[in-house]
Amino acid sequence: MSADHLRLTGVTRIYPPVEGHGAVHALGPVDLALRQGEFFSVVGPSGCGKSTLLDVIAGLARASAGTIAFEGRTIAGEVPDGIGVVFQEDASFPWLSAFDNAAFALRRAGVPEAEVRERVTHTLNFMGLMSFAGAFPAQLSGGMRQRLCIARTLVTRPRLLLLDEPFGALDQQTRLLMGDELLKLWRETGATILLITHSLDEAALLSDRIGVMSARPGVFIDLVETGWPRQRDSRIVSQAAFGEVTGRLWAALRDQSIKALAMAS
Amino acid sequence: MPALQDADPLVAMERTGRRDTPRLDLALLVVGLVILWQAGTFLLGREALPSPLTTLAKLATIVGDEDFPRHAWETGRAFLTALVIALLAGLAAGLALGASRLSGEVAEPVLTALYSIPKITLYPVILLLFGLGISAKIAFGVIHGIIPVILFTMNAVRNIRPVYLRSARAMRLTTAQTAATIIVPAALPEIVSGFRIGFALTLLGTLIGEMFASQRGIGYMLVKAMETSDTATVMALALLLVVFATLSSAALLWLDRRLRRHALTS
Amino acid sequence: MTRAGWIRLFLIAAALCLLEAACRLGYVSRDAVIPPTVMLQGTWRAIASEEIRADVLLTLQNVLLSLGLSLVAGTAGGLLLHRTPRLRRALDPLLASYYAVPTFVFYPLFIVLFGLNRWPLVAIGFLFAVVAVIINTLDGLARIPRALVRTAAVMRLTRAQYFVHIILPAAAPWLFTGAKFAVAYSFIGVIAGEFVVSGAGMGHAIAFAYNSFDNRMMYGLIVLLFVLVGGINTLLWTWERRLYARLAGR
Repeated sequence: MSADHLRLTGVTRIYPPVEGHGAVHALGPVDLALRQGEFFSVVGPSGCGKSTLLDVIAGLARASAGTIAFEGRTIAGEVPDGIGVVFQEDASFPWLSAFDNAAFALRRAGVPEAEVRERVTHTLNFMGLMSFAGAFPAQLSGGMRQRLCIARTLVTRPRLLLLDEPFGALDQQTRLLMGDELLKLWRETGATILLITHSLDEAALLSDRIGVMSARPGVFIDLVETGWPRQRDSRIVSQAAFGEVTGRLWAALRDQSIKALAMAS
Repeated sequence: MPALQDADPLVAMERTGRRDTPRLDLALLVVGLVILWQAGTFLLGREALPSPLTTLAKLATIVGDEDFPRHAWETGRAFLTALVIALLAGLAAGLALGASRLSGEVAEPVLTALYSIPKITLYPVILLLFGLGISAKIAFGVIHGIIPVILFTMNAVRNIRPVYLRSARAMRLTTAQTAATIIVPAALPEIVSGFRIGFALTLLGTLIGEMFASQRGIGYMLVKAMETSDTATVMALALLLVVFATLSSAALLWLDRRLRRHALTS
Repeated sequence: MTRAGWIRLFLIAAALCLLEAACRLGYVSRDAVIPPTVMLQGTWRAIASEEIRADVLLTLQNVLLSLGLSLVAGTAGGLLLHRTPRLRRALDPLLASYYAVPTFVFYPLFIVLFGLNRWPLVAIGFLFAVVAVIINTLDGLARIPRALVRTAAVMRLTRAQYFVHIILPAAAPWLFTGAKFAVAYSFIGVIAGEFVVSGAGMGHAIAFAYNSFDNRMMYGLIVLLFVLVGGINTLLWTWERRLYARLAGR
C-alpha cells in the first residue's frame, strides 16, 4: 500500500523434491518494503537464498507462499514491465557488438530505430563505453562486459533494478570504482535498486539500507539504515560511520556464516 | 565430461590447432608426403603402389574421359540430396530433442550407440528397403551423416549458457524471439561443427553406397577398379576424393571460424 | 534406473512391437524386413553354428589387434605431435578431411603388403581408429591445467613420474574418449573390410547371408553384432561413469 515501490509479504520459496534430494526450503518467510528510489542491499552467507530472493522478485521464479507487489500490482511467476536484472555471470551476447548488445532489448520491444540509437548512445556514453561500441564482448575485459550488461538493462529505463553480485568476478579496486558508477546512475535515473552482494564493504558503502539474511532458509535478521547522503561515493570508506555499519553487519552475520559453512560440508 | 561430440575427430581438431596454419609448413608437409609416397612405390613396386606421377597422369585421363562428367554428376546428385536431408532433418531433430532436458537424456545413449555401430552392416537392410539405385545411395549417405548432426545440434541447444535464457526471460522476450535472436546465434557455432562432420560422413556414406548399389558414379568406378586390380585408377580416384574432401573441409572450416569469431570460448 | 532410462526402455520396446506387428500384418515386405522375433531366431541359429562362432571370434581378434595397435600408436603419435606444434598445425587440414575418404580403398594395397590374411583387415581398422586416438590424446594433453604442470616442476618429478602421475590421470577423460572411438572405429574398419573383400569374419558372414537370400541369418547376425557392440559400449560407458564420478566428487 502507500508509496511502497516493492513490497514482499511472507514470501517463501521451497524447491520441490528431486531424484535423490528431499524438498529444500530455500527462502523465507521474508517481509520487505522498499521505498521508491531507495538503494537497498542484501548480504548473507553463501547459500542463504539471496539469489532465490532476486529470482522471485523479478518474476523468474514463483514464490511458494506469500505475495510480492511491485508498484501496487502482484508479481506471480511472470516478469513485469519496469524491472531490469543484471546477473552474476556475464550475460553479454558474444555474437553482437557492444552497441547491438545494448540495443537488444529495445529492438525486441519494437522501439523505433531512431529512438533506439539515441537511447543507446546516451547510455553507452554515460557508462563510458561509447568508444567500444563497435567491439565484440570477446575483445572487452570482464569489467567492461559487466558494464555492458548493466548498460543493456539501463537502456530499458527500469524503475526497479535488481543486481545479483554483478561485480563478483572483479578485483577490489575495480569494484570500488564500479560502485561509484552505480551510485552515479542511481542518482541520474532515480530507480529503486536492490543489490545482492557478499561484500559487507560494498553493501555498507553503497546502500541506504541493508538487509542481513540468515543462513538457509534465508530470513531477514537485521535491517540497517546507513543514513548516507544521496551524493556519495567510495571515499566515504574513510568515515568512522562506515566502520560502524560494517561492524554491525558482521556482528549479525558472523554466526550465520559459521552455520552456513557447517551446512555446506 | 567431454561429450562424445566434443571429442569427435573433426571438431577436436579445431580446438587443438587454434592458429591458422602457416602455408609454408603445409606445403612442406605435402612435399614430404609425396616423397614418402614415391619411396613407397620404390619399395612395393609400381603394380602395388603407383607413383605420384603415374597417379596424376591417370587422374588427368579419367577426368578428361567423356564418361567422367556423368559419373561425377551421379555421385554429386546423390551426395547433395543426402546432404540436404541429413542437415535439415538432423537440425530439426536435434533442436526438438535438445529443447527438453528429458528428451535429450532419453535420446543421447541411443544416438551414441547408433553412431558407434558399423553402419555398413545396415547396408543389406537399406538395399532390401530401397532396392538398387539412387535412393539406396542417398539413404546410405543420410544414415551416415544425420546422427552427428543430431548429436551436435542437441548438444548445442543443451549447452547454451543458462544466463542467456534467463536474460531473455528478464527482458520479457516471447518464445519465438528467444529462439530466433538468442538460441540460434548462441548454438550456431556448435551446429556448424556438426554440419562439417555431417558433410564428411554423408560423402563417405554416399560413396560406400555407390560402391555396392550402383552401376554409375565414382564409388562404382572405385569398386570396379578394385575388382580388376587397376591400382592406378584406385589411387587416382582416391587422390581426387582426398583433394575434394580437403578443399571442402577447408571451406567449411573457414566458415566455422568466421562464425566462431565472436565466441568467447573455443 | 533413472526416469529417462525407463522411458527409453519403453520407447525401444514399443518400437520393436510396432515393427513386429508391421511385419506380421504385411505392411512391410517380408523380403525386406523380418519380424524381430524371427530375427532373434536367426541370432540363436547363428550362435549355435560353429562356423559363425569361428567367424565372430575371428572378427573380435581382428578388432582387438586393431584396437591395441591404434591405442599404442595413437597415444605415442599424440604425444609426439604435442611436442612439435609446427608439425601438428601443418597436419590440421589433412586430418580434418581424413574421415571423408573411404580408407578401405587401400585394401588391395594392403593385400599386396601383407598377403591374403587378417593383416589387411587389421590395417584398415588401425587406419580408421588411430587418427581418432591421436586427436583425443592431443586434446587431453592440451587441457592439462598449467597449475598441475608447474606443481610437477616444483616437486621435481622425473619424466616417467610426470607421465604416470600427472599426464595420464589429468588427460584420462580424453584418453578414455579416444579409446571409445578406437573401439567403434576398429569395429567399423574391420567389419567394413570383411564385408568388401574377405572370406571370413562377421562382415563376410553377413554379406554371404545377404547374397544367399538368407534374411533370417542376415538379420540374426546383424542383431548379434548390435548386441556385441552395444555390450562393449555399455561396459566402457559404465567404466567411464565411475571414472567421472570420482573426478567430479560424487
